[in-house]
Amino acid sequence: MNPSVQTILDKYVGEGRDSLIPLLQEVQDREGYLSRDALKLIGRHLNLPASKIYGVATFYNQFRFEAVGRYHIQVCRGTACHVKGSAKVLETLTRELKIRPGQTTRDGLFSIEVVACIGACGLAPVIAVNGEFHAGVTPEKIKEILRTYRKQGAEAIHG
Amino acid sequence: MVKLSVNNRNIEAKSGDTILSVLKRNGIKVPTLCHLEGLFPSGACRMCVVEVEGLPGLVPSCAYPVQDGMRIQTHSPRAVRARKTIVELLLADHPDDCLYCVRNGDCDLQNLAEELGVRQRRYAGKKSMHQIDSSSPSLIRDPAKCILCGKCVRVCEEIQGVSAIDFIGRGSRARVGPAFDEGLNVSSCINCGQCVTVCPTGALREQSALKDVIDALNDPGKFVVVQHAPSVSVTLGEEFGIKPGTDMIGAMTTALRRLGFDRVFDTSFSADLTIMEEGSELVKRIREGGPLPLLTSCSPGWIKFVEQFYPELIGHVSSCKSPQQMLGAIAKSYFAEREGIDPARMYSVSIMPCTAKKFEAERPELSSGGLADVDAVLTTREAARLIRMRGLDLNSLPPEPADTPFGERSSAGKLFGVSGGVMEAAARSAHYLLTGEEMADPVIKSLRGLDGIKEATITIGGLELGLAVASGLANARKLLDQIRAGRKDLHFMEVMTCPGGCIAGGGQPVSSDPNAIRARMKSLYAIDTGAANRVSHRNKQIQKIYEEFLGEPLGERSHKLLHTRYVTRDVMI
Ligand code: SF4
Ligand code: SF4
Ligand code: SF4
Ligand code: FES
Repeated sequence: MNPSVQTILDKYVGEGRDSLIPLLQEVQDREGYLSRDALKLIGRHLNLPASKIYGVATFYNQFRFEAVGRYHIQVCRGTACHVKGSAKVLETLTRELKIRPGQTTRDGLFSIEVVACIGACGLAPVIAVNGEFHAGVTPEKIKEILRTYRKQGAEAIHG
Repeated sequence: MVKLSVNNRNIEAKSGDTILSVLKRNGIKVPTLCHLEGLFPSGACRMCVVEVEGLPGLVPSCAYPVQDGMRIQTHSPRAVRARKTIVELLLADHPDDCLYCVRNGDCDLQNLAEELGVRQRRYAGKKSMHQIDSSSPSLIRDPAKCILCGKCVRVCEEIQGVSAIDFIGRGSRARVGPAFDEGLNVSSCINCGQCVTVCPTGALREQSALKDVIDALNDPGKFVVVQHAPSVSVTLGEEFGIKPGTDMIGAMTTALRRLGFDRVFDTSFSADLTIMEEGSELVKRIREGGPLPLLTSCSPGWIKFVEQFYPELIGHVSSCKSPQQMLGAIAKSYFAEREGIDPARMYSVSIMPCTAKKFEAERPELSSGGLADVDAVLTTREAARLIRMRGLDLNSLPPEPADTPFGERSSAGKLFGVSGGVMEAAARSAHYLLTGEEMADPVIKSLRGLDGIKEATITIGGLELGLAVASGLANARKLLDQIRAGRKDLHFMEVMTCPGGCIAGGGQPVSSDPNAIRARMKSLYAIDTGAANRVSHRNKQIQKIYEEFLGEPLGERSHKLLHTRYVTRDVMI
């Protein structure tokens, strides 16, 4: 039993399937992602099969099904970043980390999320790692950034 | 009544009917990919489009009702071109795998490409990357061959009430699968295979046991026995172009013997045995006060369904193993002992109308002394492949009888193949057990036919018994919910996973004939009507196995060999 999901469900007493999306949003806001446990509880609450909820949730890009990594990378896909090559940035990240947006690396270090404009157009193309901005990133720069965080992560774990 | 014209011919139709159903009734064929008889149209594939005079666009005939005065062209150049383009687009993202595909020769997509004269690759698409899911003991999903028609999703939800799979994602990443893209084995899938029988392509197929069986047949150290389920003899013929419903029992037995099986047994024998045990269990529960209703246990998809969706009703389920497992268990004990065969050397194969039987055979509870009751399960389709592989044709084989001791059956055991049959068979023997007399009329009419829910009240020796029969688990759900809500008038309930029973099982020939299932059913009823022995308790070999080996129904040996237990399952539901 997950008490934090349960408190959210308690607010949706007697509500039907229409409340699925807001409910999923609220659970993700609280938990950071939609876990198997959370889906099970939501399904039981709304009387919906897990496959259906997962189907609906994957229809929208905003939901993730894995906890975010120690370093959560947000890639801006706003217009300015797009013009300056954010597609290449995302491609480099997915290739280097071998995960897609919404996923987390096996070692739990990194996760990727694609976000709408984060309001730092002057820095385009921009990524944010745990909220810290990195401006004008290129494929080379990204590799370097990842190296730095990897080292930091290793130190945090072993040191 | 409305009047309309189709391809310049006048036709009358009931108002409210869809164009497609009117066309079908008049023998006009329009191709479909997503249409499912009896379910609400989804309009997903648009293969069934026709041209209607006065309407700007083509209309999907499966979803569009007929109207008075309508003028329809089913094969106008525009309609045909539209269909061809759909197929070409589907092929653009499809592996060119036909030669290696299990559906080669009976694939809807392949047939349509042929019918529409697709002879070149007009659209070169990027092929989607997909992983094959072979995690399930019963099924294999190959999403690369999926054309997203949605039939499996709808059958799983609307017919089976399971919803193990759904559409995931969208756009070019859209796919069908279980929650969290996990394997079917950890999902709520009950292994019924109904999705396989509706899938128009090779995207869904059974987990094949052919190689294991062939290896065993080629191993001189193994004594290989085979059993075939009650419904198989009336469906196998279809795989050889024989009219649906033809009983091929004799030729099938011959074919199996020529394949090298050392003994050919009949699961209808152990269906009779099931009746002895389950009938006694029913009588015992009635005398000792429950729990009632007793729920049947021969359909393994249903068992997993109860275990995960209605765990509080597990106590109601009969502890009897299914006929498949009973026969396996007595083959490796009673029969092995009698013939002086080391049971470890025995390899037990069953031919089943069912993919869930593969899952059942793997259940750890269903074994004795470390030996599985059943070693390999073939579906009817796989059995046909094996027979063809050996160059045998059912059409030209002389009939042979089954082997003793598990070849003799009553027609009550044979009725297990159709929804309501277990109930009829049980009623016949319960009547005898309770009163010492046979039923005056062994047929319970209201329990026959293909309705999803059937009920009857019968009186045996002054005792009134409420009987219910459900097939298709969405129907079972309705009755279970009534029981959960306190319904008290039922004593015995038969549940078959597949709609109509095993004759429509997930391992049966994929038939293009809409009347095939009805023909299979009638064939089983005809066998019952003409049978010399119509009751399980008068099966001589059954009487003998109790005398020589088992003792009493529900006795100690029975308990050890023929009964089992169930588990609650915590899966994503
Ligand atoms: S699914 Fe049909 S079209 Fe596709 S490879 Fe198999 S037989 Fe060929
Ligand atoms: S086998 Fe049955 S339960 Fe499993 S996915 Fe197919 S239809 Fe659903
Ligand atoms: S798996 Fe088969 S039935 Fe299911 S959507 Fe794909 S093609 Fe259709
Ligand atoms: S069969 Fe009519 S839209 Fe698919």
